[in-house]
Amino acid sequence: MSARDEILGRVRAALADVSPAVSVPAAPRVPDRGDLVGLFVERVEDYRAVVTRCAEADLASVVADVLGTARAVVPPGLGLTVADAVVDEGLSAADLDAIDAVVTRAAVGIAETGTIVLDHQPDQGRRAISLVPDLHVCIVDESQVVADVPDAIALLDPARPLTWISGPSATSDIELDRVEGVHGPRTLHVVLVG
Amino acid sequence: MSGTFVGMPAFPTAAREALADTQLRRNLAHATHTIRDKRARVVAEVEDWEDLRLAGAGVKEAALRDLATHLETLEASLVRAGATVHWARDAEEACAIVADVARRHGADEVVKVKSMATQEIGLNEALEAEGIAAWETDLAELIVQLGDDLPSHILVPAIHRNRAEIREIFRRRMADVGRAAPDDLSDEPGVLAGAAREHLREKFLRAKVAVSGANFAVADTGTLVVVESEGNGRMCLTLPEVLVSVVGIEKVVATWSDLDPMLRLLPRSSTGERMNPYTSTWTGVTPGDGPQEVHVVLLDNGRTRALADEVGRQALRCIRCSACLNVCPVYERVGGHAYGSVYPGPIGAILNPLLRGVSDEQTASLPYASSLCGACFEVCPVRIDIPSVLVDQRAAVVDSHRGDRVPKAEAAAMKAAAWTFADARRLRWAERASGLAGRVLGRFSRTTLPGGRAAAGRLPGPGAGWTGARDLPAPPAESFREWWDRTDGGQDGDRR
Ligand code: SF4
Repeated sequence: MSARDEILGRVRAALADVSPAVSVPAAPRVPDRGDLVGLFVERVEDYRAVVTRCAEADLASVVADVLGTARAVVPPGLGLTVADAVVDEGLSAADLDAIDAVVTRAAVGIAETGTIVLDHQPDQGRRAISLVPDLHVCIVDESQVVADVPDAIALLDPARPLTWISGPSATSDIELDRVEGVHGPRTLHVVLVG
Repeated sequence: MSGTFVGMPAFPTAAREALADTQLRRNLAHATHTIRDKRARVVAEVEDWEDLRLAGAGVKEAALRDLATHLETLEASLVRAGATVHWARDAEEACAIVADVARRHGADEVVKVKSMATQEIGLNEALEAEGIAAWETDLAELIVQLGDDLPSHILVPAIHRNRAEIREIFRRRMADVGRAAPDDLSDEPGVLAGAAREHLREKFLRAKVAVSGANFAVADTGTLVVVESEGNGRMCLTLPEVLVSVVGIEKVVATWSDLDPMLRLLPRSSTGERMNPYTSTWTGVTPGDGPQEVHVVLLDNGRTRALADEVGRQALRCIRCSACLNVCPVYERVGGHAYGSVYPGPIGAILNPLLRGVSDEQTASLPYASSLCGACFEVCPVRIDIPSVLVDQRAAVVDSHRGDRVPKAEAAAMKAAAWTFADARRLRWAERASGLAGRVLGRFSRTTLPGGRAAAGRLPGPGAGWTGARDLPAPPAESFREWWDRTDGGQDGDRR
């Protein structure tokens, strides 16, 4: 018998006494917190990420300021001109390792948890480009901010790869001392437009 | 490479050794208290936490009760998304599948995301035997691996090491397996983490094959989920050409929207954060982005054994958050190693016997590694009634010893337990008696456990084998069952 058939057979035998029907209680919703965008900013900053708010018209200059002299890679569909940026057309991991920063958009922002979700559409690019460089500048539109995790899950397409980002990478593995920045970008800078 | 738990002494012996190690005890107390305070803060922030727990338990319970159907759906979804699905009855089969994939790509090394399932099956040792190096990339796992050591906590596996020891391990061992630690390495956690970043980056950039586990597997979409903090997970899931994920069959949830309660419950219960830094989800192969060859190994290795246990099957709801470890008075004092398994603490005390049976002395001693105080149930995000399963597993241990010709002290204690637990009325009576003893012992106790609870000294008679190795937390004045009756299962909010 194949391993598959044997395992499925064991599962069925183990559950012979059990009725599959069980009603799952609905997960509760968070109460209305009012100013979602304000909460989003507060919660992102709680993770020691940097947030800059700006108007659409100032976006290009704000991004340029944030980057300073850092050389950036950008996804092909960013929809913003970034001076001296390399447009990703299948750069190798080693190429990316030689680049300081990345500028992307996002798919959703979650206020309750201070999370940014990338679904890696052309305005965000492949997963690798927002991972290898040390500074991630992420542009989020105020209209993309939702209240909580269930709202984000309802909007996101599971067929796409998703990266949920809540602050810069971190570890508490050494005597529980929190260290920001291990393998992912050590600095996360969110530019909130609206 | 890293050590193995095989041949570990039974819990009482291992616990006695651990108790003698003051550094270990100090580190553990600091860790468990810090994490549990953080958890309490972010849990208090969620008004309907108890309803969220009910939803989380419901999602996992529903998935388990119709597991065969969901596994078939998961397989079909994964195949549709371009993944290759393998099934493994046991550790050996699972390791052989992973080794085979690596070999077909001519890989002599793989990078690994921290995963309980791959530790459980001893994958690193199996790959090493095939001439394939498995690099752990989680900082704590790296410390454990370089130190030829064993993990001691699910969430922070190197918590038994202090910064000076870690610096020593990095300086001594990094150069043997890749980029050396810098000469001026200090013992600042930030500097040590930086050294790990440099050391591992070279491995991430060149690795062809990565191995992961998964926190959840969504049946209706074929999506796998990995929850992490450091970004080593993203590296492994993104950069290599080939990805193999070893997933226990109990990781299934039915639908995409079922992830909602889980992703709210797990980070708050685990690291005490509103959300962990990185969560990655992927569904088979995405052309032009990430690994272009994706394998999923669906692992049994005792899970169907646990599933057949009417009382114990709820343990398969576990999402490995480690909250129960951090509140456990026994774990806090003896640490993870004493449990002799990758699954320590209260969950380990029930999961190991359920997965493996209780025929060996080591596993048989685990259901006794508890005072039945009930704190583990209260923090469990998926409401696993660990105390009830412990009691039931003790009865299973007794059953397995029934044929012994010369009753060992342990077996004698177990026989008494069996007589007690065989009848609900007697159990109630015995618990009351033990509650009484608790009040008496509490009055005469010579020590106080962390959290202010009284501790009893050595017990006479059959219990001596257990209490000789530790200060037994005095039984609570009120049994779990009495508390349950009085508070209607905690519904009236009485936490006492
Ligand atoms: S048993 Fe519950 S509290 Fe313990 S690790 Fe599992 S999910 Fe967490």
